[in-house]
Parts: sequence; C-alpha cells; structure tokens
Amino acid sequence: MNSPDDFPDGAPVGRDGPAAPTVRRTSSAFGSPGTDSTVRRLDLNDLLVRHQEATFMMRAAGGAMHEAGIDDGDYLVVDRSLTARHGAIVIAAVQGEYRCRRLEQAAGRGGRPGAAALVAADPAVEPIVISEDTPLEVFGVVTFVIKSLA
Amino acid sequence: MYALVDGNNFYVSCERVFAPRLAGKPVVVLSSNDGACIARSNEAKDLGVKMAQPWFQVRHLEKSAGLIAVSANHELYGDMSARMMAVEARYAPRQEVYSVDESFLDFEGVRDDLVGVGRHMRAAILKETGLPTSVGFGATKTLAKLANNIAKTADRKPGSYPAALAQVCDFGRLSPGELDALYAATEVGLVWGVGRRTTEKLKAGGIHTVLDLMRADVATLRRQFSVVLEKTLRELHGTRCMELDDVPPTRQQILVSRSFGTPITRVEGILEAVSEFASRAAERLRQQGSVAGAVGIYFMTSPFRTNDRQHSVNVTLPLPRPTADSAVLMRAAEMAVRSQFRAGFRYAKAGAILTDLQSAGHEQGELDLFSALEADAPPSVDPRARLMSALDTLNNRFGRDSVRLGSTAMGSDGAEVAVWATRQERRSPRYTTRWDEIPIARA
Repeated sequence: MNSPDDFPDGAPVGRDGPAAPTVRRTSSAFGSPGTDSTVRRLDLNDLLVRHQEATFMMRAAGGAMHEAGIDDGDYLVVDRSLTARHGAIVIAAVQGEYRCRRLEQAAGRGGRPGAAALVAADPAVEPIVISEDTPLEVFGVVTFVIKSLA
Repeated sequence: MYALVDGNNFYVSCERVFAPRLAGKPVVVLSSNDGACIARSNEAKDLGVKMAQPWFQVRHLEKSAGLIAVSANHELYGDMSARMMAVEARYAPRQEVYSVDESFLDFEGVRDDLVGVGRHMRAAILKETGLPTSVGFGATKTLAKLANNIAKTADRKPGSYPAALAQVCDFGRLSPGELDALYAATEVGLVWGVGRRTTEKLKAGGIHTVLDLMRADVATLRRQFSVVLEKTLRELHGTRCMELDDVPPTRQQILVSRSFGTPITRVEGILEAVSEFASRAAERLRQQGSVAGAVGIYFMTSPFRTNDRQHSVNVTLPLPRPTADSAVLMRAAEMAVRSQFRAGFRYAKAGAILTDLQSAGHEQGELDLFSALEADAPPSVDPRARLMSALDTLNNRFGRDSVRLGSTAMGSDGAEVAVWATRQERRSPRYTTRWDEIPIARA
C-alpha cells in the first residue's frame, strides 16, 4: 500500500480548471525571455481530467484486478460522464460498497443488451452476475491508473 | 423565463454519491455540532423527522427504524455544489448561485422547449455528479421557485400534482386554467417570501392557497401587510420585481454561532467560544471587504432541556470606530460576555454577530486576501490590516486555525475549552478534497 503522503494533503482533486498562468515580473529593463513571458507548466489535470465536474479519485484495495494493471493502493481516475460499455473497467456499487471490475456485457437479441456481469481480472474470483436482485449500479468508468513505482 | 434548479435533499444526496450503503435508507445529516437534523432523505421524512428537529428527539429511530445519522461534511458539500453549479451554468447564459444547492438560470430569449432543456440538464447533473435535482421554470423568480416546489412535490408524493410536472415543471407551458388548478392545490405558505407569521395572518383572513392570495385585493393586503408581500403578489402575477443578481449583495450582517456539544457553565468557556466566533466572523468580514460598526453576542440555555433553568443574553456593543480588526472585535465580544454572564446556568448555544457593516473604503487600505503577501504588492498603510490579511491568508492556505491571534489560543481551562469544539462524531470522509480520504474501491 502506498503512503497517502504521495500527494499533498488538501490538494484539490479533479475540479481544477486550467492552471492559472505563472506570471513573473522582473525588474530587468530589457526583460528576460526566460521569465518575462507567460508560460504554463505541464499540468497533469490536463491529461487525467477530461471532464472536470464528473471526475473523481478513488483508491484500489485488493489484488483481484492485478492482471488488468490495477494493484492494491493504486489511485484510480474515475469519470462519471462516460457510459460504461462492454470491456470497460468500472466502479460499481455492489451490496453497499464500491468495487472495481471489468464490465462484460453479452450481445443480446434484437439489438438489446444481453446479460451483464462484473468480472475480476483474476479468474479465481467469482463474477458478479447482474440480475434483478443485483442491479448494475455504475459509479463511473476508470480512465487512468496512477501507481507509485519509487 | 427563469429556472430555479434545486438539489433534492442536497446534503443527504452528496453523502449517498459516495456511500452506496445509504441508498434507500432513512438518512439525516446533523448540524456541525450534531445537534439538529439539517437534511433528511425522503425515507427519513416519511418517518416523521422534521426539519431542524433536535437529534435527541429522533435518536430512538436509530434502533427502531434503522435511521442513519451523519455529521455535516461541509467540505464535501461545497465541492459537490461547485460541480453541480458548473454543469447548470452550461445551459443558460446567466446564472445566480442562490445557495449551496440552488441556482437561478436566466433563459431570457431562449425559444427552445424548456421542459426538454430542463430534463436534459437534470439528467446531465445526475450522470456527472450523482445528484438528483428539481427544475422549475417561471416568468419571475417567485414563480420559478413555486414551479420548482411543485416539480419536487409531484415527484416525491405521486398524486399531489399531475405526474407530468414531476422533476421538471414549466409554468410557461401551462394554460391559465391549469395554473389556477395548481395554485388552488398549493398552500400559501409555500410561496417564496411568505413567512410563517404572514401565513398565519393570511389564513386568519381566509387566504389559504396561492390562488386565494392571487385573487385577494391588493389594496387590502397593502394595508395589512408589508410591501414585501405586495412585491410577492406582483411576482406571482408575472411582473418581475427581482432581477438576477450576477454579484451577490454584500451581507448586511455576519453571524457565527454554534450549539455546544456539552452545556457550558463557566464564564471561561463562553468567553472562549464567543471570542472564537467573533474571530471567524471578522475573517468573513475582511473577505467581503467590509468593516463592522457594532458587535453583538448572545448565549442561551437550551429551550429543549425543559428541566434546566432558562436564561438568555443578547447584547450589542457599538464600536467607537468601524473596524475589521479581529483583536478589537474579539475584545468587544469578550467585554459584552463578561458584563452579562450569570453563573448557575447550563448554556447550550452562543454566537457573535457583526452588524452595521460598511465598505472598508480607504481607511483600511488594501485588504485583498493575497496581495498583502505577494512580493510586488504595494505596501499596506495600516500594519494591523496587513496582519489581519496575513492571518487570513495563512489560515486559508494551511487550514483553519493554523494561526490564531494570542487571545484566541486555547485557554488553560482545557476541559471546558474542549467541549464546545465542533462535535462531529459521524462525519464522512472528505471524499473529493483530501487525498487521504478518497473513496476506496475493492479491487
């Protein structure tokens, strides 16, 4: 499990607009091309947050998605605005808690979707079959995984 | 046309987005001291929990009916509100954020099918943020509010209004006959701006429904009631008396108050609490660039604790010169407490109120929150103003109470000082604003 301190406490999550331009004023009469202009440093929000209002961060707990590239303690970028389709890795509510699973949706007849299941990457883990008793309640689609390597 | 978009049971809905175990359960959100129910799920409403009802009165429902109570998590609600408002803002050229869960949108000149727009917006908010809303359209703000109320009630209580009006209700699409039927089915007290006392007076005069009010004689009403009611009446008839404010008006008073987790009996406890409240109020005062001409304080026993002897104090001290200086305001508040305190009572609540607010103008110098600490900011004339500004900046950046003025520091009376600190035993994680509190997904 990575330490939560990998990111500063209280750093805003997923709601940032484009970062404010970094403006530096120098007293040099001629200006300096390095510091005088308005530059914008690369901002990970631009890469990871496609829909600001709909993006939420979660943290994975458990090893059943290892083969899908998600390990215990990884940070997950979750986009609620995307519609979960067959094959997507989703966050879904199952029995009152959130699970990270792959959505598998069988092709149905007449263009209607067939049976759906939430499937772990580990084949030893029993799939959660969607039924009337266990409805599919998707929180959002996982769009990025952030893991700490060092 | 105006739209009013309102989050349904907003605080509860925010909690449910991140805690699926709360779905379908009776849930209440408690005020920051866990004293009163400030939001209720529909299931909790069905159990008979009233708005602002003290928690100890409904606590037994935890065991008997599975009621779930959580402490208010304002950091979460603030972020979810910002997300909701941003989605809404896509749909109209102008928006007035009216409260944490309500905003007015101006659809002036929009010729589209507004019910369709409303449904689309509602679906987008639900999909992106997980928050359910109700949308009301009307020619005035008062009508939009009323339409919103009908949209919400039609959804929650099937049969109360036509089902077609559930969730999204556009008065502009209804015939005069249909509108009259709605107005006749709606209690006059539900109209925006008609308070409880006015409602009682209206009912005594035979005015029970919105339709009764609309058909009442304006001249008679004007004699019996304030001009506010006349304005409300004109708004109900479709004449705009309230415009969309792009800039919220400066607050005319700033109140910070709280119920104590455990009653306070000693003067030190009240002093500590009231001076802290004054300090927070002063911070807000500086944020809006105002100075206060008077400081009010109050503290009282709990009217709900019927076995306790009752006592309440409410005094206002005018200041020699308007100020935004925390130290001055806190000292005034402390003086007022000392002059009024009486021993032998179990005080349950206290507050500090800054009134007689005016623009800081020139005398205070530049109080912009960040400029005072920026290297290239012009030096402020008033060193105390700079100190205040620095205080706010640090607390803003590093969290409340990172830095306090000497007189708000924790007193020697550790025991009683600790008891009034916010009691939030049941607060949920700040899922969207703290890295160490983000939701866990079992993988």
